[in-house]
Amino acid sequence: MKIKSLVLAGMLTMASTAAWADCAFENTVPVKSLTAGFEAWKSVTDAMAECGNFEAELDQEFRTKQPAAFAANPSLYQMGGVSNGTITPLINEGTIRPLDDLVAQYGGDLKPNQLIQIDGQTMAVAMMVNTQHLMYRSDIFDELGIAVPGTWEGVLAAAEQIREAGVVDYPLGATMQSGWNLAQEFVNMFLGFNGTFVNPDGSPGVNSEAGLKALDMMQRLTAYMDPEYLASDSTYVQQQFQQGKVAMANLWASRGGAMDDEAESGVVGLVDGAPAPVAMEGGPPATTLWWDGIVIAKNITDEEAEAAFRLAVEGMDTEMVTANNDDAIWLIEGYEPNRLAGGAIATATFDPPPASYPSSTEMGLMHSALGNQLPSFFTGERSAEEALAAVEDEYTTAAREAGVMQ
Amino acid sequence: MRFKTFAIFVGPSVFMMLAFIAVPLITVFWQSFYLTQPVLELVEVESCTAGFIEQTCTTEIRSQPVLDEFGEVMTETRFTGLESYRRVLDTEKLGAAVANLDLRAVLTIDFWKALRFTLTFTFITLPLIIVVGLAIALAVNNTVHALRGQVIFVSLLPFIITPVIGALSIRWLFVGDGILTRAIEAYLGQDIAVFAQGWSIELLMLFYRVWHVAPFAFVIFYAGLQSVNQDAVEASIIDGASRFERLRYVIIPHLMPLIIFITLIHLMDAYRVFEEIIGFRAQSHIISLQSLTYEFLTPDDSGNRSISRASASAMLTMIGIVILLILPLRRTWRDHKGKY
Repeated sequence: MKIKSLVLAGMLTMASTAAWADCAFENTVPVKSLTAGFEAWKSVTDAMAECGNFEAELDQEFRTKQPAAFAANPSLYQMGGVSNGTITPLINEGTIRPLDDLVAQYGGDLKPNQLIQIDGQTMAVAMMVNTQHLMYRSDIFDELGIAVPGTWEGVLAAAEQIREAGVVDYPLGATMQSGWNLAQEFVNMFLGFNGTFVNPDGSPGVNSEAGLKALDMMQRLTAYMDPEYLASDSTYVQQQFQQGKVAMANLWASRGGAMDDEAESGVVGLVDGAPAPVAMEGGPPATTLWWDGIVIAKNITDEEAEAAFRLAVEGMDTEMVTANNDDAIWLIEGYEPNRLAGGAIATATFDPPPASYPSSTEMGLMHSALGNQLPSFFTGERSAEEALAAVEDEYTTAAREAGVMQ
Repeated sequence: MRFKTFAIFVGPSVFMMLAFIAVPLITVFWQSFYLTQPVLELVEVESCTAGFIEQTCTTEIRSQPVLDEFGEVMTETRFTGLESYRRVLDTEKLGAAVANLDLRAVLTIDFWKALRFTLTFTFITLPLIIVVGLAIALAVNNTVHALRGQVIFVSLLPFIITPVIGALSIRWLFVGDGILTRAIEAYLGQDIAVFAQGWSIELLMLFYRVWHVAPFAFVIFYAGLQSVNQDAVEASIIDGASRFERLRYVIIPHLMPLIIFITLIHLMDAYRVFEEIIGFRAQSHIISLQSLTYEFLTPDDSGNRSISRASASAMLTMIGIVILLILPLRRTWRDHKGKY
């Protein structure tokens, strides 16, 4: 991945000196960006590079690099790509700048729901939303006459039918790699059961009825998965889909495009999307909403900030969306939702709506504690109560150490 | 050698040792007794995030670091004594578990779980590496001259591969749809999932480490075999010693210093087992002391890291290595004194 991004960065540097013909202005101030490495970021940074003097670094390890790189003075990057999870350290350390002036001057084409406001100030501009939702093999569901499940209980029933029919290796795929991914799956399910991670008094709240229900449901689902599910991340699930090994999974919308990629997928046109199933009657879909967007560093000159913002607006314009419509669920004017985007959009507009990922210092600690302690429940070392108690213990220790709990 | 010449030769390496080993070590030692926290304040913040159709705005109370006049996060550092060690060792839970004679409860605490694996790993691989290394060395020593070069090259290959790359290749061979798994599944006619339970991953790790490090022992032993006193070997043949007796009473005593050398190096290496855990993605089943320290140091999405606990766990790892090394070191020291 690193080599890929380096090569990419090199190519972009070369490309940027050559052409700025497709850009509304010629950029004269050197600008560097650090973003995640998935397809949508590649499209956006490519569009920015058309203006010249722009160097993009696409790196999946961006979340560990960004806080330190932005804290430097001058900042090592003028522009950063963040999501609602990874913006927190930048906000906390005050290393990104408010964008209201720049939005007023150059952001005429931005839609109001793209502006991420914190404490009344615009701190980021979102370009896309992402959410985990139900992707399924429509051909298998049609053939077996199974209705698309709207609840997780329904998913279990459908998985049982698919297993009996024996049409795929494993009925279900899931991003349950121990660590961040597994914790995220728990977060989805826990919020689906209306759980509260941190009580108003600061104490952890996962060892609760909602927590137990979430773990119980997750464990029942694992019976229909590849036994090595604790090592399967989103790329692995995507490949399982592409190779026709799984029939459904609660997978990221940003992975949808890959299902119809003829170069690597064996199931082109056969995967459809549906809203993320609900965990309980009348509850929200058991998933979280995420956005991805750009921020501008604080420790740079106003001139650089202006150039970076103009590049960002240029990269996130209708022209880019038209050319790369299927890469993401874009928030940008001109986006035409395709077949695969339907499920994610239905998830985002569901009533009651799913929660946005609750990003905060506490949530970061909680996410780590969940990722570290929950695997022992799935390996059978601990009961659900013991595992959740261990999560709360680790959270308490970490929260005291970080100073967010007394 | 004059002292000045000696100093000129040794000086640079002493300087490097001080700068890159001693200073960081002291810093880590110091950090394990202190805790640095940001100064936090509770503020009510209204934040609006992107929805697909419209923004969703929420008001909540967040704890946020206070920034000083230079825009830096204000921090305070205070002496916490052994608090970080207590947190890593989880003495409270350990005490309760020991009082109930509940070994399972002890092994659910991260540190003790990691220690259990690290020690098992170290002590099982050690004899295997010495035996396998010696066996390869003896075999190569007895092959015809013309083939030796090729055999040595092939035997050394595993050692040349970068550990992480080696671990990844093994994972790809044995993962659910890997080539080897598929082949074994086809042969046995049943589904195999090596990475689905702890014991099979652990076995694979042991196998991988022996495969990877045995060539190192082999090279050392092979060099040692070249200096075996042939007169003594011939004399023992005349005295009627069997092949095994020659090995037991002539060759192994000759190689003893090398065996101790390999033991020393391997104890240090194996106690820091890390590549296998990362390469095999085994964190859900198995953690080692080194991977635990790494876990503490990795920032989460909100940028939190546990520097103090990482320092404490690093110091504990070092103490563990020192304890393990005492025995072989004492023996080398005695041999050394005996010679002069």
